[in-house]
Amino acid sequence: MDPECSRLLPALCAVLADPRQPVADDTCLEKLLDWFTTVTEAGSSLLLLQENPCLVELLFRVLKSQDLSSRILSFSLRLAGIFAAQEDCFQYLQQGELLPMLFGEVGPLGGAAWTAPAVRSGWIQGLRTLAQHPSALRFLAACGAVDTIFSLQGDSSLFVASAAGQLLVHILDLAMRGPAEGRCSPQACDWPACAQKIVCHIEDSLCSIATPQVTQALNVLTTVFGHCHGLWTQGLWVRLSPLVARLLEKDPVPASHSLVDLLLSVARSSVPSSDRGLWETLAQTLSHLSPTQAGPLALGILKLQDCPQALRTQAFGVLLQPLACVLEAAAQAPGPPGLLGGAAGDPMTVDVLLCSKSACVGLLCCALTHLGLLQPLPQRPSPWPQAPLLGAAVTVLRLCSGSVAPTSDVGGRLCAILVGCGRVQRAALDFLGALSQGAGPQESVMQVFSVLLEYLMSPESSSMVLKKAFQATLRWLLSSPKTPGCCDLDPRTQLFLRELLPVLQKRLCSPCWEVRDSGLEFLTQMTRHWGGQAGFRQALLASEVPELTKQLLQDPESYVRASAVTATGQLSSWGLLAAPASPERPGAQQKSLLVELLHVLCADSEGFPRRAVMQVFTEWLRDGHADVAEDPERFVARVLQAASRDQDWEVRAQGLELALVFLGRLLGPRGSHCPCAVALPEAAPPGTLAQALPEAAPPGTLAQALQVLCRVQLFEFAFRALFDCDRPVAQKSCDLLLFLRAKAAPCGSPQEAGDSPNVASVEATLQRWQAGEQGQPLGYLEPGAVMAVLRSIDLEGLRDTLAESSDHVEKSPRSLLQDMLAAVGVLGENEADCY
Amino acid sequence: MKLYCLSGHPTLPCNVLKFKSTTVMLDCGLDMTSTLNFLPLPLVQSPRLSNLPGWSLKDGNAFLDKELKECSGHVFVDSVPEFCLPETELIDLSTVDVILISNYHCMMALPYITEHTGFTGTVYATEPTVQIGRLLMEELVNFIERVPKAQSASLWKNKDIQRLLPSPLKDAVEVSTWRRCYTMQEVNSALSKIQLVGYSQKIELFGAVQVTPLSSGYALGSSNWIIQSHYEKVSYVSGSSLLTTHPQPMDQASLKNSDVLILTGLTQIPTANPDGMVGEFCSNLALTVRNGGNVLVPCYPSGVIYDLLECLYQYIDSAGLSSIPFYFISPVANSSLEFSQIFAEWLCHNKQTKVYLPEPPFPHAELIQTNKLKHYPSIHGDFSNDFRQPCVVFTGHPSLRFGDVVHFMELWGKSSLNTVIFTEPDFSYLEALAPYQPLAMKCIYCPIDTRLNFIQVSKLLKEVQPLHVVCPEQYTQPPPAQSHRMNLMIDCQPPAMSYRRAEVLALPFKRRYEKIEIMPELADSLVPMEIKPGVSLATVSAVLHTKDNKHVLQPPPRPAQPTGGKKRKRASDDIPDCKVLKPLLSGSIPVDQFVQTLEKHGFSDIKVEDTAKGHIVLLQEAETLIQIEEDSTHIICDNDEMLRVRLRDLVLKFLQKF
Repeated sequence: MDPECSRLLPALCAVLADPRQPVADDTCLEKLLDWFTTVTEAGSSLLLLQENPCLVELLFRVLKSQDLSSRILSFSLRLAGIFAAQEDCFQYLQQGELLPMLFGEVGPLGGAAWTAPAVRSGWIQGLRTLAQHPSALRFLAACGAVDTIFSLQGDSSLFVASAAGQLLVHILDLAMRGPAEGRCSPQACDWPACAQKIVCHIEDSLCSIATPQVTQALNVLTTVFGHCHGLWTQGLWVRLSPLVARLLEKDPVPASHSLVDLLLSVARSSVPSSDRGLWETLAQTLSHLSPTQAGPLALGILKLQDCPQALRTQAFGVLLQPLACVLEAAAQAPGPPGLLGGAAGDPMTVDVLLCSKSACVGLLCCALTHLGLLQPLPQRPSPWPQAPLLGAAVTVLRLCSGSVAPTSDVGGRLCAILVGCGRVQRAALDFLGALSQGAGPQESVMQVFSVLLEYLMSPESSSMVLKKAFQATLRWLLSSPKTPGCCDLDPRTQLFLRELLPVLQKRLCSPCWEVRDSGLEFLTQMTRHWGGQAGFRQALLASEVPELTKQLLQDPESYVRASAVTATGQLSSWGLLAAPASPERPGAQQKSLLVELLHVLCADSEGFPRRAVMQVFTEWLRDGHADVAEDPERFVARVLQAASRDQDWEVRAQGLELALVFLGRLLGPRGSHCPCAVALPEAAPPGTLAQALPEAAPPGTLAQALQVLCRVQLFEFAFRALFDCDRPVAQKSCDLLLFLRAKAAPCGSPQEAGDSPNVASVEATLQRWQAGEQGQPLGYLEPGAVMAVLRSIDLEGLRDTLAESSDHVEKSPRSLLQDMLAAVGVLGENEADCY
Repeated sequence: MKLYCLSGHPTLPCNVLKFKSTTVMLDCGLDMTSTLNFLPLPLVQSPRLSNLPGWSLKDGNAFLDKELKECSGHVFVDSVPEFCLPETELIDLSTVDVILISNYHCMMALPYITEHTGFTGTVYATEPTVQIGRLLMEELVNFIERVPKAQSASLWKNKDIQRLLPSPLKDAVEVSTWRRCYTMQEVNSALSKIQLVGYSQKIELFGAVQVTPLSSGYALGSSNWIIQSHYEKVSYVSGSSLLTTHPQPMDQASLKNSDVLILTGLTQIPTANPDGMVGEFCSNLALTVRNGGNVLVPCYPSGVIYDLLECLYQYIDSAGLSSIPFYFISPVANSSLEFSQIFAEWLCHNKQTKVYLPEPPFPHAELIQTNKLKHYPSIHGDFSNDFRQPCVVFTGHPSLRFGDVVHFMELWGKSSLNTVIFTEPDFSYLEALAPYQPLAMKCIYCPIDTRLNFIQVSKLLKEVQPLHVVCPEQYTQPPPAQSHRMNLMIDCQPPAMSYRRAEVLALPFKRRYEKIEIMPELADSLVPMEIKPGVSLATVSAVLHTKDNKHVLQPPPRPAQPTGGKKRKRASDDIPDCKVLKPLLSGSIPVDQFVQTLEKHGFSDIKVEDTAKGHIVLLQEAETLIQIEEDSTHIICDNDEMLRVRLRDLVLKFLQKF
């Protein structure tokens, strides 16, 4: 321990034990405990106590004090637990009878303080930390703690109750880890007394008629099988499984959620390798639980790596059941075998679907979500009934939109329940999107596109439903097959696109900004993937979508403007924005998008559009966009100038990203050290950045590159960013300058002027900037001066400082102790500023 | 209690309720869908319409070619448009005491009823209803009168001829009742019979019933009505809305505990959510205008247009439409826009608070101020000077058969750049467009109907729990086009009673009580006797005095004292015959004790039988039978009056007398 901390500790202990000086801040106590945990993990607790007797004294004083706050008592219990986790220290504390006084019946357990949940929680956590060695087990048995823990399982505070359950598991694990380790005998006589006691308690609880007790027992067991991996767990299951199975005989099954958790926990443990009966229990459970309760169990079973095929089939049937019922109810005529291979829908599921709107919606949403989660997994059931599932998803969506006319009574009632139900629509659209990963018969795919179009067109679709519909449409479009032997879109997709674009056009004019935003996001994604496809380009250019997108740059909603920036950036990258001048205004000159985006960057009052512009510009620079390639130097200079003044740190950070891309284009990518190695004109794509460098210049001349960087004022931007009040910006700038220095270093510099007055003035300005006076400009920099300045700044040191979290000074234990003392006025002045 | 149903249109109702001694007409809706069978009335000579070929029968007989014209495969009547009136034969309308109007759309038939049926009663409506109703009527009369048409077709209405016509003329119903539009004089006369009322105001009708208007949330001044007596309550719900639009919210609480709830005027488009439709309206409007096209919105001069203008006010800037002119053309445009701003007390809370700022409650004031919205009485005059395209025009009539809209349909119909957006749900847009076919302009159907949908009705009925629901038959089954949508009908218990045009419905509840007041001096004289805890009885001798449907018990006049023995006693009609009344009996007879008493009095061989209503005591020896029931006792014996009297006295011992 830091000597300074040792010095402060007695005063702090005195403060803590003094009821007249309450500690106002709980987090300080938590930090203190964290610190003691770190200290004891690093060294001997016994030594710590011997060197700092004030700690033991604190514990004694806490016990004696009558009117101490519950939080200090709780803290002390936890602190004692931390110390007693080491067996020698435990013995030391035992000698003083301190532990029984803290954790035994004479301690807070019997007193008025026990009514505070914080004290009960502290007691449990203290014991949880303490219980690490056989002596602790004996202590627990001697002080009767286990019985108290049993009673705390039903505590009114959920935190306490949950912690009590976990403590039981921990004690059981500890008890079984010792002498019983390696045995899997279910015979209780072999087990340590403490373990026996806990197991008997669990058995009693499982047999109880009170559901809360059953729940407690099941939760404890779930934790056991989830966290304990000893062989003994197999024995435990053999012993308890009959009791668990008996729960299934009750109607309704008590604590079904906890039961499902337990069974899945056991199934994921090592038990199944020894007990095949588990599969039978799972099968029974599946058939006993109601369709709503059985869903999560079925999903869990299907996610298991190794489980009998029959059980998987049964579980899959449970998940499919609700959709099968919907399909059956909506069928116009007996069609091909549905989801269940022709078997009729389960009447119980039908009952749940029809009993109330909330039950119906709940069951369908769960089924759709579960199947959607299952779809991408490698262990998903095979064969996967893709076509019927597509049919079911489409049917559910049609029931929700009211566009299907079921003839059956059940279908009619389902339709009445589901019509206009946004929750089911969203779940079904998500599921439909997930199904795009698999192929389907042509007819089904046609239906999918038709229902998606119906949703995208319908004025009844809410903005969230539309968003999901756009997402699902995108997934289906991107997964649509390519025409063999042709790289363009297949005719069916092109046909769909022709229908889709007018809808998108209308959605971009929606009065609801969320809809305009989703429409733009959809367009961006579609363009990103298909910008090069002739069919897509043709359809898009024939529509008014590009023009509308451009108009949305003026949208009153900033999110929409941001999405419009991204969308136009993407369209422009693929040359899809250069629409011919409108016939109404033939003379009107189209303003270049670059100018418009620069205007957004300089003038938009919101951060999102400006960030989006920076991202688009960075992308353009990286990809060599034609507008940028005309004069990249001017482009970078203008962008950096605008970004350097921006209030939003993300814009400034993105400016550095752009600068880095520019550097990469000039000096070669990161990793290659010398720009001399990069033959610039050849490395860059034709017609892009490389043309910016004077043709006459010998390739790879660092000086020329530095000249360019100086002209675009990249250094001023980077140096300003180096002292930015937002750490990520400063870090990024530091990285950039380090990269630049590394690139330049091996080549040396012929014109370096380390002592020139220019350098001195730059350094002076930088110092002022560092001090917070950023008003003064740097002026034009010579490359030589820049290199000299770069070498003179301790960039590595700066990087290390920036890598520390901003509160690293204030986070030290010493600072913590000082703060706590200062808060109660023991220290004369507040030496540390902890905010 | 009876309900006479005079209209078959569920949203334009006209019913007559006979309740106690009053005859109350509930609304006076005018079904204008009949005008769809007529050719449009163009404001400017239309060569296309005037050169349409006459229609002739299959056999070439052309005797109807003056009356009927053919256009794009449809046949139209070339005559002044006519409206389908409410039934006038079902009940003598001169006996109607009052007419209650629920909203301005439901009073359009008023002049036909008040001016031509011998009606002498009073009409009750709120002020905005009357003022806006007047505007609607004025606009209608103006639209029709400014295009005088010499011809009035009647030949085709002959039943034998009608059968030969193509659909939909062949299927048109009640054509004999169709009438030409009323005149402004009739409108003024009809409106002069209206008495203005405020929400929650209680209006006594002849002392028999009380009627009260309640806010219905649908339109400015729209009302539901409570018609109640002391023990019965009938609620009339017509055209109500739970959406937050401009009017005051609907008062649901006052509808509770109704014996009968008459439910009319639900949304005509139950599958369309008004919010979605407004979105659709805005999107299509923006798309058209951005492409350089014009937008035509056929509409009424009041109602949804206020909300649409408000939406556009918020939308036009975001959609980049600030420079696009919006025109509102109606003979009453100016009055409608101004009236809406002055009825602050009838508006929703948000709009009311604006008035105190002070700001105009509707933002269309700002649109007018900034010249974004301009209004004109017609296309002639100033409008033709200001007219600039592309633009958005709001104008009537939504049927597309008369009004300035006809001109714009003719003007813009040929270009696919233009769009007509239908927002009023009263007319089928396909039928409305039929005489304009072939049409190049785009047609968008965004019906905005804010009235209650079936989900809201179901919640409302659960909330207010009426004993019986009465509604038009259309609401008791799903719409024919969506017969599988079982949720598009009223679902309540007991099932709703339905009515159709020209049907008389006996409402399923009987009046059991009537309130009678007791004069204080009479009450003073009563001597109540407690017959069981909490229940006291008293005999009352009084005169029942009934006047103006109020009943009062007054002390009986003292019998005139004979002034002298010599004078002959004069029988007076005024003085009731105050005979000494037999005492009234109460209590019950415990059979076991009664049998014991009989035995004590020497009767033997007694048998007791239980019956459904009580007991029969058989005195076998005396061949006598005593029936004891809850409210009567009979002694049946064979001509032995002595025995009967003995037994009667024994029975009476168990009963209390007063």
